[in-house]
Amino acid sequence: MKLFGLVWANLFRKKTRTVLTLLSLVSAFLLFGLLQAVSNAFSAGADFVGASRLVTQARVSFTQSLPMRQLRQIESVPGVEAVSYQQWFGGIYQDPKNFFAQFAVDPDRFFTVFPEWVLTEAEKERFRTIKASAIVGSQTAAKFGWKVGDQVPLESTIWPTQDGNKSWIFEVAGIFRGKDSEWDARANQMFINFGYFDEERQFGRGAAGIFTSKLKDASQAPTVAATIDSMFENSPDETKTQSEKDFILGFAKQLGNIGLLVNYVLFAVFFTILLVVGNTMAQSVRERIPELAVLKTLGFTDFTVLFMVLAEALLVCVLGALIGMVLAVLLLAFASGQFGIALDSGNATLWIQAICVAITLSFAVGVLPAWRARSLKIVDALAGR
Amino acid sequence: MFSALNQISAITLANLRTLPSRIGTSLVIVVGLAGVVAVLTSLMAMSNGLAATLSTTGKQDRVIMLRASSETELNSVLGRQDMDVAKQAPGIAKDASGTPIASAELIVITELLPIGQTKGGVNVTLRGVEQMAFTLRPEVRIVEGERFKPGLREAIVGRAAQSQFSGVNLGSTVRFRGADWKIVGTFESGDAHESELWVDLETAQTSFGRPNFYSALVAQLESAARFDAMNTALMADPRMKIELTRERAYYSAQSEQSTLGIRILTTVILIIMGFGATFSALNTMYSAVSTRTKEIATLRAIGFGGLPVMVSVLAESMLLALVGGILGALIAYVMFNGYSLNTLGAGFTQVAFSFQVSPQLVATGLILSLVIGFFGGLLPAFGATRMSIPTALRAG
Repeated sequence: MKLFGLVWANLFRKKTRTVLTLLSLVSAFLLFGLLQAVSNAFSAGADFVGASRLVTQARVSFTQSLPMRQLRQIESVPGVEAVSYQQWFGGIYQDPKNFFAQFAVDPDRFFTVFPEWVLTEAEKERFRTIKASAIVGSQTAAKFGWKVGDQVPLESTIWPTQDGNKSWIFEVAGIFRGKDSEWDARANQMFINFGYFDEERQFGRGAAGIFTSKLKDASQAPTVAATIDSMFENSPDETKTQSEKDFILGFAKQLGNIGLLVNYVLFAVFFTILLVVGNTMAQSVRERIPELAVLKTLGFTDFTVLFMVLAEALLVCVLGALIGMVLAVLLLAFASGQFGIALDSGNATLWIQAICVAITLSFAVGVLPAWRARSLKIVDALAGR
Repeated sequence: MFSALNQISAITLANLRTLPSRIGTSLVIVVGLAGVVAVLTSLMAMSNGLAATLSTTGKQDRVIMLRASSETELNSVLGRQDMDVAKQAPGIAKDASGTPIASAELIVITELLPIGQTKGGVNVTLRGVEQMAFTLRPEVRIVEGERFKPGLREAIVGRAAQSQFSGVNLGSTVRFRGADWKIVGTFESGDAHESELWVDLETAQTSFGRPNFYSALVAQLESAARFDAMNTALMADPRMKIELTRERAYYSAQSEQSTLGIRILTTVILIIMGFGATFSALNTMYSAVSTRTKEIATLRAIGFGGLPVMVSVLAESMLLALVGGILGALIAYVMFNGYSLNTLGAGFTQVAFSFQVSPQLVATGLILSLVIGFFGGLLPAFGATRMSIPTALRAG
């Protein structure tokens, strides 16, 4: 620990150089934090849903509706505890830019299958009894300033009402939150009362978009999924049943290979950084050869000198990584609020990844200069040879 | 003035001749900018490729009629009566036999597996069209096999779709809703339709359980200028709930929407990487100046002015940056030009497209690297002119 003061002092021997190196590192780790968070959101972003639910969609694609008679059949499959169904509403609130998802659901089935959404009993009761009503996620309600009892007009892009126009009005029956912070961050949808929706829509009645089954035992998921699909095989309404997690990941996959793209960019960034910092370290050791020789003359061992140079590299990299990551977290918090997407910045994985990268980087840049410092011959160094 | 120019060229040349001895540090600028330009060029090549595919789809003198406020073909649902009215709209061109050059179409989203994957399909558009669709869209050419026959479960597939999704080659069958569809032809159109499957309209309506339902009517105008007149006429018709859009405008709007994400990502990456590269360029040029302290001081002592010294440092940093920029553009070109990919389009289905590394993109990248090279060299160059000559000469 005595050495720390010396390492620290050496670091700021040439202030401009250290500051510039740090700034390059900060840029690299800022980018790392942002891109990795985006990539994580796409790849591991569905970990928050347990494995206890299955989603049944039409095999053609989830945009094809399924007939409601399948509900009873799915419910009768052994291992299924309860089934909820939902239909995409595709409504626009004032402007297409105000996008949020809306689904028509049956209130009671919905409460049973998705206990993660939290509402008061009074709110649940209002959602059941008021026909043209909807419950709204706390994020969305806050964004538009909606309160319980407000009338929200939506223009559906798909569903005309009986009189042929596409304007719908729903009363906010309740505002739901998530059961924990992870679900809270995702409380940005609206669920509308299916009974009313089905009565009022001009076409497509008696059908639902997808069925979500809650299982008694998550380990039975593959068997139950296979049973459901085999019941409807070779019928016009063939189904594809998968875990809720795979269903959600399917959406991210549609966008293309985000992870690969992010890796290409990060590779380019860190290759550059390796060179910049490596070069700086090499130069800093080169300039200090006489000093290092003096240290050795004073009795510092070869190993201590090697250690000091490596410690210096580690210090710069970790410092740069910390500042960069803190900036990234601040920016992510801002972006999440701005674009309404859940970018998890407090994620431990992200920080572990960053620290690993910083340590690897510091060794990669420090090892050659450190070795050079270790193998200095005092006589040659002092003579300037 | 003349002597100043002479001095500049003399120092700059002498300067550049010593570059090989500082190869390690100089490489930092080159590689740094190669990285920035390669990433930037590739990302922009991607978004330009996607935008080009979408915005060249459709013609100015063709229109799409959707149910009002549907935004996309996928959301739009029109009944038989709507369709009859739509087809009679004034201003639709007619062929020799007097039939309107228009195709009523039904969009169904189907799932196909991307090549190389075994699980998790992606959305692909299946478009039920009338035979008139081929007259209406002369850009759609059958290049292998033949057209589907009305009444049969036959499909033709776009070339781009075939290159991205498995199981849709000529002669194979795909299974939708418990029935087999035979792939009888491959078509090329060079636009977004190439990512689709086309089948007979009525066969699609019955097979997918949507008899007498349509998504859109695509029609040829007598002339592009007829649009306003047609729009006015349609708006005045109380039976109509139809929204008219020029086909070109419809797909251009999709291109805006679909490339928004990539454009935001590119901007963020560009800003951060640009700063990073500027810092490393500054670092390199400071150390380049510091290793040459004595040399510069000597030059100043024998009468060279401050400006020539400054220009020589700037020239070095910009030259290195330019080399880096060229290298970066080359990497992007070799790795990604023509590379094809598919992503989600605005209609919630896949659009296949190719990366386009255009000369404009390369130029943008080179200008960017020169700018970074300039700013990276500016402060060190200024510093070089300000050093105290006696101190510098005594140093080291």
